[in-house]
Amino acid sequence: MTLAATLGSDLLRALLQGTPPGTVYALIALGFVLTYKTSGVFNLAFGAQASISAAMYYKAHTDWRWPILPALIVSVFVLAPGVGLLLERLVFRHLRTASSVAKIVVTLGLSIAVPSIFELVFQFQGVAGRTPEGIVPNGAGVYYDPFGVYPFSRNELMTMAVAVTAMLGLAALFKFSALGLQMRAVVESPRMTELNGIRADRVSALSWALSSSFAGMAGVLIAPRFNTLAAPDFFNLVVVAIAAAVLGKLVSLPRALVGGFCLGWIIALLGTFLPRWSRTQTWLRPFQENLTPSVPFLVLFGVLVFWPAIRRAREASDPLSGVDPPPSSVGSGARGASRPRFSRVIGLALLVGIGVIVFIRADTSWIFLVTQAVVMSTIYLSVTVITGLAGQISLCQGTFAAIGGFTVFQLADRHGVSVLLAAVIGAVIAAAVGAVLSLPVLRLGGVWTAVATLAFAYLFDSVLVKISWICGGGTSLLQGTRVPRPVVGPWDFADDRSFLVLTVIVFIVVAFAVTQIRSGTVGRTLSAISGSEVAAESIGISPARARVTAFAVSAFIAGLGGALLSIHQRNVNYGSNFSPFAALFWLVLVVSLGARTVQGAAQAGAAFSLFDTLILRGTFMGWILRSSKRIPEIFPINPKWRFVFFGLGTIQFARHPEGLVEHGKRQMRRRVDALRKRRTGSGGSIDDASPVSTPQPSSEPSNETDTAVVPVGETTR
Amino acid sequence: MTELLRFANVSAGYGPFRALFDVSFDIQPGEAVALLGANGVGKTTIARVATGLLAPSSGTVTFGGTDLTGAAAHRFARAGVAHAPEGRSVFATLSVEENLRLSFRRSKGRAGVDAAVGQAFELFPALGQRHRQIAGTLSGGQQRMLAMARVIVEEPRLLVADELSLGLAPIIVDEVYRNLDRLRQHGCALLIVEQHVGHAVALCDRAVVLDRGRTTWIGPADQASERLVRNLFQTESPMENSPTE
Ligand SMILES: Nc1ncnc2c1ncn2[C@@H]1O[C@H](COP(=O)(O)OP(=O)(O)OP(=O)(O)O)[C@@H](O)[C@H]1O
Ligand SMILES: [Mg+2]
Repeated sequence: MTLAATLGSDLLRALLQGTPPGTVYALIALGFVLTYKTSGVFNLAFGAQASISAAMYYKAHTDWRWPILPALIVSVFVLAPGVGLLLERLVFRHLRTASSVAKIVVTLGLSIAVPSIFELVFQFQGVAGRTPEGIVPNGAGVYYDPFGVYPFSRNELMTMAVAVTAMLGLAALFKFSALGLQMRAVVESPRMTELNGIRADRVSALSWALSSSFAGMAGVLIAPRFNTLAAPDFFNLVVVAIAAAVLGKLVSLPRALVGGFCLGWIIALLGTFLPRWSRTQTWLRPFQENLTPSVPFLVLFGVLVFWPAIRRAREASDPLSGVDPPPSSVGSGARGASRPRFSRVIGLALLVGIGVIVFIRADTSWIFLVTQAVVMSTIYLSVTVITGLAGQISLCQGTFAAIGGFTVFQLADRHGVSVLLAAVIGAVIAAAVGAVLSLPVLRLGGVWTAVATLAFAYLFDSVLVKISWICGGGTSLLQGTRVPRPVVGPWDFADDRSFLVLTVIVFIVVAFAVTQIRSGTVGRTLSAISGSEVAAESIGISPARARVTAFAVSAFIAGLGGALLSIHQRNVNYGSNFSPFAALFWLVLVVSLGARTVQGAAQAGAAFSLFDTLILRGTFMGWILRSSKRIPEIFPINPKWRFVFFGLGTIQFARHPEGLVEHGKRQMRRRVDALRKRRTGSGGSIDDASPVSTPQPSSEPSNETDTAVVPVGETTR
Repeated sequence: MTELLRFANVSAGYGPFRALFDVSFDIQPGEAVALLGANGVGKTTIARVATGLLAPSSGTVTFGGTDLTGAAAHRFARAGVAHAPEGRSVFATLSVEENLRLSFRRSKGRAGVDAAVGQAFELFPALGQRHRQIAGTLSGGQQRMLAMARVIVEEPRLLVADELSLGLAPIIVDEVYRNLDRLRQHGCALLIVEQHVGHAVALCDRAVVLDRGRTTWIGPADQASERLVRNLFQTESPMENSPTE
């Protein structure tokens, strides 16, 4: 056979081989674009919606042995639109005027909460080993080979058919139908749509039902490609699909479809035609081996950074947003000094008391949990800096923490560097990576910063983690990534109690630094920027420097915390500690509880490691009742509830960005103030107080004597 | 009762801030009423309450005899209230033709859409030439024309127009007012918010003068400017009017 002929058949095979995965990307990209077009939400929970329909189909068809059709109807045409309607009614209808960053945080929370709710309700476990079945009988067993080079399974053909049909159907919906037009109008301005006599609520409910069904369809079709039905896999897939969707600027359905196919083809072509340098250059091998899974993330990152047009494709603003009252201003986020000193002292005393009790009385497992809480709080302070102060969503904090952890592992375990020094070096490396990354990423702003950092996290996850001189690579699978405990002079921190003391000291130092930054120049600059970037720039504030500083500091803190966490666990445990999906929960927790204060970070840390043991298992209840036997029947509560609880907690972020705890405190204080006012008899209930400094009419019009106010009924023409 | 729109002791506000205090007035069928007052006195707020964009905190709003207090904006629109809001009043992401179709589809039904779009383009040939252009890229005057085209073809019972002439060249302003006049000929009532008192007074039968969220004068339009001037001098001098807190 000639060279050209082999090349030709290789090419054809690669293209055919890339088509089925390309279809999967295309299908999800279509769904993603559909949601974005019809609801204006950058819906990262799309994967979660897809996964529950896939799980429902599996449950009905495989576990309950229902025939294909009823199982399909229940999962795709009942459950999925139902979930969409619920999400619209309970969540997104109230977030219409929220910022796109707030919305993306809510979708992250939902990504975590929705699958957990499904698993709790249906007592479902992500299955491993048994492959879910498709929607055609014996879909994985029958093959067709149209060109004689690559056989397609029935499932794959079905998926392709559905993807193309769906694209045509949706394009027709938007192009020709009145409903499609209304959906697009509602995204731009629900109020103006109402002025046209259209019920905006109903249209957007329909949009959600439609896009959610689409997610369900995609989930059911895609499931046979996996051998698990775990939510993280679907989340990962959505990130891949976003790469395809951005090629169509998030609004073009045909381009999203083509983008999806292109991704599949590129990956297959790279796999077929990339020269095998690694035969001679062994150090290249890990890069080459992991190149293909990382392609989508490379593409996504590259597109965001190097294609400025996508950044400018901002959504058109609602011309009638002026009807809403002003959002609670950033200024009110900075707490006044109204908090009485004595309550602060009491709080501190309580904390110290608990600390002492833990230190003296607690057994090993409690010490472990408390230490973990302290370390996690330190890591969460990095979120406080980047999200609370700079107002940016970074989804690669787990990566920075992992850099800290892996550095300690490499330096201390392999090169015998002192552990604490290694931890600091790790933090510095993380800070350097953060600073470099911040240059292209933070300029994007808003949703795009979140997506670019997510792409970076997945890039790290799919390539760098597997390289032995960076993160351990293949050998670490056998030996683990061992991390020793430090010994400093007379103190051996292998003892858990002394290590706890060390972590507390680190936390206090970092917390102090964060408060200093907040009240210093950088903090003020950041709060000026988050008010209005353009305005800040016009009075000569340079946002870039402050942002880079914030990102570097945040990465430093995360790196330090990650190092501590690895030292504490004596192992890096990348998968369970720092993987991108695991780190999503960090952001969700911190944002739910309070991203603006040190206290919020501390509470998030406590919630992360103690919520399960203390609250859900009923231990705390037992303490109150003074006997573990009297704990009510409902305990222990399934630990998945914490994902539900904190995942849904993000919903209030849109309205009260200060977090649950701070919001609760403010409510309390306001009530106390009102009570006090009533006592002292100063009248004026709080509702009358106007936060707007516009002159208000006095209660009695003083000019009524000489201006004739003609009563309405008496006007004559 | 014969009046078309009736405000009875309407108060309204934004969150904790109250912008309207016990406003009462009415509009007869086919009548043109001008809302006059300085900046920030609540003219736009009245327009929003009159079209259902903002629910009053107390008082009642009736339209054509039915009580629409607190009803959603689409119910006002279906009852025959059209609104040209302050600023941009077209969908920037839809094309010119789609903007028209969106609203004609509901008001004229599936069968009437094409005829209505044709009629609009006949009235405003400049729009017809640009029917596929994205409305957000139209000039300010063209956007205003698009909004007018929609309203004129739909023939509502009441048009609430908020600063229609803002930022337009004088020739275009005249054109806008010719169109408003044409609407009146067809029996449409008008509630017009306008800074150009002259234009408004020439068009309208009656005027409502507002000051800081209250009606201070209602009467024949031709006496309005005089009242307005007096009003200005009165509220400038005595300090009792300014808030103490
Ligand atoms: N969304 C809002 N939130 C809070 N206050 C508002 C809001 N919109 C308007 N206001 C306030 O309500 C009052 C009345 O505003 P309105 O827009 O009705 O004034 P206007 O008479 O239309 O002024 P202009 O002639 O400048 O358009 C003003 O004091 C304004 O500051
Ligand atoms: Mg106004």
